[in-house]
Amino acid sequence: MSSHRLSGEGAIQRDRTLSFTFDRRGYTGHPGDTLASALLASGVRLLGRSFKYHRPRGLLSAGSEEPNALVELRAGARREPNTRATMIELFDGLTARSQNRWPSLAFDAGAVNSLLSRLFVAGFYYKTFMWPAAWWERLYEPAIRRAAGLGRASREADPDTYEKAHAFCDLLVIGGGPAGLAAALTAGRAGARVILCDEDFLLGGRLNGDRHQIGGESGALWARRSEAELRSLPEVRLLTRTTVFGVYDGSTFAALERVSDHVSVPRPHQPRQRLWKIVARRAVLAAGALEHPIVFGGNDRPGVMLASAVRTYVNRFRVAPGRRIALFTACDDGWKTAFDLLEARIDVPVIIDARREIPPALRAQGSRHGVRIMTGAHVLGTRGGKGVEAIEVRGEDGRVSRVRADSLAVAGGWSPNTALSTHLGGRPRWSEAIGAHVPGDLPRGMTAVGAACGELALAGALRTGAAAGREAAGSAGLEAPLEQWRTEEEPVGFARRWSVSGHRGKAFVDYQHDVTVEDIEIAAREGFRCAEHLKRYTTLGMGTDQGRTSQLNGHALLATLTQREPADMGTICARPPYTPVAIAALAARARGPQFKPCRLTPSHRWAEERGAVLVDAGEWRRARWFPLTGEADWRSTVAREVAGVRAGVGICDVSTLGKIDVQGADAGAFLDRIYANMIATLPVGRTRYGIMLREDGIVLDDGTVARLGECHFLLSTSTIHAGRVMRHLTHARQVLWPQLDVQLVSVTEQWAQMAIAGPHSRELLMRVLGDAVDVSGPRFPYLACQEFLWLGRPARLFRISFSGELGYELAVPARYGESAVRALMAAGGTLGVVPYGTEALGVMRIEKGHAAGAEINGTTTAADLGLGRLVSARKDFIGRVLAARPGLAAADRPALIGLTPVERSARLSTGAHLLRPGAPATLSHDEGFISSTAFSPTLRHWVGLGFLSRGRERIGERMRAYDPLRGEDVQVEIAHPVFYDPAGERVRS
Amino acid sequence: MRIECPFCGERDHSEFAYFGDAACARPAPGAADAQARFVEAVYLRENPAGAHRELWYHEFGCRSWLQVTRDTRTHEILEVRLARESTAP
Ligand SMILES: [Zn+2]
Repeated sequence: MSSHRLSGEGAIQRDRTLSFTFDRRGYTGHPGDTLASALLASGVRLLGRSFKYHRPRGLLSAGSEEPNALVELRAGARREPNTRATMIELFDGLTARSQNRWPSLAFDAGAVNSLLSRLFVAGFYYKTFMWPAAWWERLYEPAIRRAAGLGRASREADPDTYEKAHAFCDLLVIGGGPAGLAAALTAGRAGARVILCDEDFLLGGRLNGDRHQIGGESGALWARRSEAELRSLPEVRLLTRTTVFGVYDGSTFAALERVSDHVSVPRPHQPRQRLWKIVARRAVLAAGALEHPIVFGGNDRPGVMLASAVRTYVNRFRVAPGRRIALFTACDDGWKTAFDLLEARIDVPVIIDARREIPPALRAQGSRHGVRIMTGAHVLGTRGGKGVEAIEVRGEDGRVSRVRADSLAVAGGWSPNTALSTHLGGRPRWSEAIGAHVPGDLPRGMTAVGAACGELALAGALRTGAAAGREAAGSAGLEAPLEQWRTEEEPVGFARRWSVSGHRGKAFVDYQHDVTVEDIEIAAREGFRCAEHLKRYTTLGMGTDQGRTSQLNGHALLATLTQREPADMGTICARPPYTPVAIAALAARARGPQFKPCRLTPSHRWAEERGAVLVDAGEWRRARWFPLTGEADWRSTVAREVAGVRAGVGICDVSTLGKIDVQGADAGAFLDRIYANMIATLPVGRTRYGIMLREDGIVLDDGTVARLGECHFLLSTSTIHAGRVMRHLTHARQVLWPQLDVQLVSVTEQWAQMAIAGPHSRELLMRVLGDAVDVSGPRFPYLACQEFLWLGRPARLFRISFSGELGYELAVPARYGESAVRALMAAGGTLGVVPYGTEALGVMRIEKGHAAGAEINGTTTAADLGLGRLVSARKDFIGRVLAARPGLAAADRPALIGLTPVERSARLSTGAHLLRPGAPATLSHDEGFISSTAFSPTLRHWVGLGFLSRGRERIGERMRAYDPLRGEDVQVEIAHPVFYDPAGERVRS
Repeated sequence: MRIECPFCGERDHSEFAYFGDAACARPAPGAADAQARFVEAVYLRENPAGAHRELWYHEFGCRSWLQVTRDTRTHEILEVRLARESTAP
């Protein structure tokens, strides 16, 4: 057992020993220890170097507010920087390293920054390095980054998994101290659904760190028994190691559960962390209060510690933070520390109380122990090398004396932990009663209890907790008796001391960002009067600890310097997250292949069997092309697929196109208002190409409309816009024209649809469908559609073509899609049928001049796309009125054109800009751009589609296609956008 | 934020798509000043600090369009009704 470990129980398991290393040296501790308590027990109190001045730093606290003891935890891919030693639960094999020091913690070359500290004063970012500007990038920034910094993140991929969970409850209790436990017990016993979260691994809060009595037993024991009872209640869920870090609208809370951070590697099938989204009818903020230090000279020297933290190390972890610990307090509560130390037989050389008057009972108790008591006295500074060796005290009479001590416990008073009360915009309110801010307006359904609302004594914590638990149970329709627990009286007198005048040496306000009293003085001198401005100018409270131990002191100091009361200063509003949250936890499972859902086409398995190369297209994974062995590259594969379709027959799964079933007596009238062209006149058994506009006159999408019955239409949409079009249609139906008799349903996933294209497609369908449907030319002309039974199952056939060839689309219920493809391939063997993918589909649509996503891009009108003739003048429809605005109807708008390279071997690039030959490449000479390009295997040169001002009048004109990104400058000829079969004879054949 | 869908009950806002101001009805397309009225309906919006009637679409639920009255300062949902019942002539 190490020399700083005390005897007695505490909350550690002495019968087991855990080994760990810090800066490569081996140490031991026990289950129940934190890294901080185990290091302290081993006599280690230099844990890190400060951010700017590289000063030696030790533990200030025993909790999540810790500003100093940030370490790199674990190694390799699991290395995690800036981890608070006070929050790391000890496990066997733990490795940690100090950070922000070089070459070693004990000797740090960066400490020279202390000598340069005049450069690093408040606002140094804005002042010191302003001139000359060129030095910033080359000299200042690299130097500062090297010198001032926190830990290093791992460069390897995170090997762990994270997950999300959702929960709902009547009462969320935030904090498992006495107030939180009282609330949970009261509501839980009544049968309410309760979730209690605490960031610690041990419930009880200050009950573990202090020596309280509740109903005749110790507070720590009461916490253990309460925890056991709560665990036995079926509607209560206890989440330890869980920090509620955000409060959101609608009583929604976010919490992070550190599922596996207390073991070396997550157990099988366990995530490292779990992100909880909790919806709670009521919430109880029982997050306690934070003790804050008093600012004096050398107050950052290792060995200076919050008085409550000293008690926690002594009582909970049975660790003596020092051998000779002086106390500097401004409140009754601090005296507990001296008494607990004396009880543990640790030397207390002096109790220094800043107050002149102290309760006689405290003085009497101190005198009984024979401790020297100084009232009206202040600590001016500390002395020592890498830790406190002596303190300098100014007595009431003004004389300064030196007291030998290896540690100094500081009790500056308690501030309610108001952070979660401000996430929805609430402002903390100043309370004269406790000399600190308490929660102001709370979010609806939230109550603050115990120390979090300024009830600093145990009796008040239990009372307010129970009352809130009862109220929460009542809101869930449950009756809860008001629980009462017996506790002793506590003195809670205080006198606020933020900082000590006449301090000797650097006096730190914000330990993590090295903000000193001098910095605050500079800020005040330079006119920064508001808490938010002080924060930005000095970086006070901008560290990972969000200034939990520094805000109040900093604001009070500024108030004093500007002749105001702290109450009039205001404070800053905390935002989520309460403590740092790993991005990985926010992403949880949504990483890599699970980043978003992937929809597979009905023919997916068949395509994989054929070795298709797949591509993610929107939410779908589609076959991009089907390579054959021996093919040199993907271009030759695509060229073969295109040639196979143009000369024979090919098959492509087009199930990803959106499908919307529209039925009802007013279906035709409804679609007339949706599409820019006439739909109601479409005969049953016919299909029509249609375009729909947004209300602002821009094209939303295009597709086909098939009339399957008098009152039954089937729409197709582009793959990408399927969801958007469905939203557009439901808006029109429910919001614009709810009186129309029409029903809509998306059937995209219900039907598999295969394009069968090429001169032999009719022959192939006759072979496959037999007499299920008559596909012969006259009976099934271009744009015909029909429903029929195929092998006893419903099927649909449409004579439509995207490729420009004689073509059909065959639809079958989705689950038969794969067998339909296999049947088509089998029957087409002797016809030389080729499967083709999205790339060949794209090449053929560019050859045919069909607009797609790159052209229907949210900025183009029907006329821009060359589809003006479709727009009906005989009816009203969405977008008609605004499409006629002068700007959208202007003659010089960019119109869809085709492009071919003048030099036939040249390549065209999407994104190239169109300039007149000889015109300089400037924005004012930009006349258009190329939107889609492909190498046309049919024409044996590149072809492109694009937009050019007055393009349709400029067929045959030569222009520059200038692409500065790729460094290309190609001469092109403007062409009609339809390169292949412009008369459309092939689709009608 | 939580929205009480008349069909689905109280659901998380991530199931909904926001559409905007519910107050702008589609103007009469045949009116003489139709273009000006449409410009107003499509582009011009009030931006009140307080109660605001707006359209939400329960896209990942029942696909109902809802007219939600929300306090823009607190995100408190004051009322939810089906849009078609709010706008039917
Ligand atoms: Zn719904």
